[in-house]
This record gives sequence, C-alpha cells and structure tokens, in this order.
Amino acid sequence: MHAGLNHYLTVSVLLFCLGFLGVITRRNLVVIYMGLELMLNAANLALVAFSRFNANLNGQVMVFFTITVAAAEVAVGLALIVALYRKRGTAHVEDLATLKL
Amino acid sequence: MPEFTDLLFYGLAALTLGFGFLTVANPFSRNPVTNAMFLVLTIISMAGLFVLLHAFFLAAIQVLVYAGAVMVLFLFVIMLLDLPEENRRQIKTLTLGLGTIAVAAIAGIFIKAISHAAPLAASDRWLDGETKPLGKILFETYLLPFEILSLLLLVAMVGVILLSKKDLK
Repeated sequence: MHAGLNHYLTVSVLLFCLGFLGVITRRNLVVIYMGLELMLNAANLALVAFSRFNANLNGQVMVFFTITVAAAEVAVGLALIVALYRKRGTAHVEDLATLKL
Repeated sequence: MPEFTDLLFYGLAALTLGFGFLTVANPFSRNPVTNAMFLVLTIISMAGLFVLLHAFFLAAIQVLVYAGAVMVLFLFVIMLLDLPEENRRQIKTLTLGLGTIAVAAIAGIFIKAISHAAPLAASDRWLDGETKPLGKILFETYLLPFEILSLLLLVAMVGVILLSKKDLK
C-alpha cells in the first residue's frame, strides 16, 4: 500500500501513546522525561507529515520551533531533577509524594 | 507492487516504534542508560522518516540537536545522579494494566478518527522540502518568533545556572 498521510499519522499516534505509557507506568523521573520527549517527537512527526502532504511550509517552521523549545525544556527540567535529587536524595516519584521539601 | 520508498517507510516506522517501545518498557534491562540509548535510536530512525517526508533540514536538526545535545544532557544527568537502583523496584501490575488500558483506549480513538477521515486527494504538488524556502519563511514571516526564541534560550540558560547552584537562595 502506498504510504500516505494516514500511515504517517498512525505511526505518530502509536509513538505518542508509547511515550504516554512510559509517563504513566515508569517511576523514575529521568525515564518519565524520556517518555515526554517521545510524545514531543510524535507531534513533530505529525506536523512534518501534514506539512508535506498539504504542501505548506508552516508546519516545518513549527517543528523547528518545537525542537528548540524542547531543548530548553529538557535543560530546565533536568536541572530541576538534579536540584531535587540534591535536596531529597531520590529521583523516584513514589518517594516524592509530599509538597514540602 | 510497492515502491522502494514505501518499503523504506514501513521499515523505518517499525524501527521507530520498536525502539520507542524499548525506550519506555525494556523487558530485559531497567537501567536508565539503556533507555537513553534506545531513545537515541528512536530519534535517529525518526530522522529517517523526516528524510522520507523530504524534510531534510529538520532531519539534520533532529540528529544534531536531539541525538547530539539533548541525549548528552540526559546521559550526563543519569551518570550524575547514579540511578541504577530501579532494579529492586517492581512496577505494580495494577498500574501497568490500568495504564495500558487507558493508553490503548486513547490510541483506539485516534486511529479510528484517522481511518474515518477522508483520504487526501492524490496530488502532485506535495512539498519538496528544500532548505532555501524554509530559511526564507523563517527569517521573513517568522522573524519575531525566532528572536523571541533566542530570548527563551537565554532565559533557560540563566535559569539552569541558577538552579544548579549549591544553595538555592
């Protein structure tokens, strides 16, 4: 079958759901962050596919911005995780159940 | 008779999904370093999908920024935190079951929506992702968001330096 927009969107949805599954089930903050990255990448794939099959370049610009924002987000998030680890000595969400530091 | 690019699409899609699965739920290893390595492989096979979609510049950016910079950051933090202790912790079966059901429901809704959508009319004016028009639109139409983005990166950098100081005051 010819690989069209629907095929790419299906791959994107499945990848998004894999990332979501990781966010729900894993208990390690760093691995949860990796699940978030997967979800962002899935959205990027959908945008690039739409951009290609609608002959519209705006989608690719959007993905460019998303990648940059994701890089900034990863830097800040990992710095937060490191600060939290220094304070509490753990990076498991089950040990981080209180609001107070 | 499927074309060569279609075969390439199916191969790369299978690789992306397989590596993605191994990123979030590796049955053989619970070491975060293994997860990070499979995330690198996922991102690289996704760059292959971008090439198939003729988004050559984005494929290069994907490899350089994600597989390069972001993953090095991840690995640094994993090494810094020394996190191999997840071995002794089991994921609860209830969590796994309920999570899988919820996610499968979401996937079902999405895929049903996609398969019911009207198929795009086959046209020959698909986007041929040359980099020159992308740069043109980026520095003309999207000049202001681009500049704001540089400000965002500066803020993130200052914030990270502030956050990683020893005593948060």
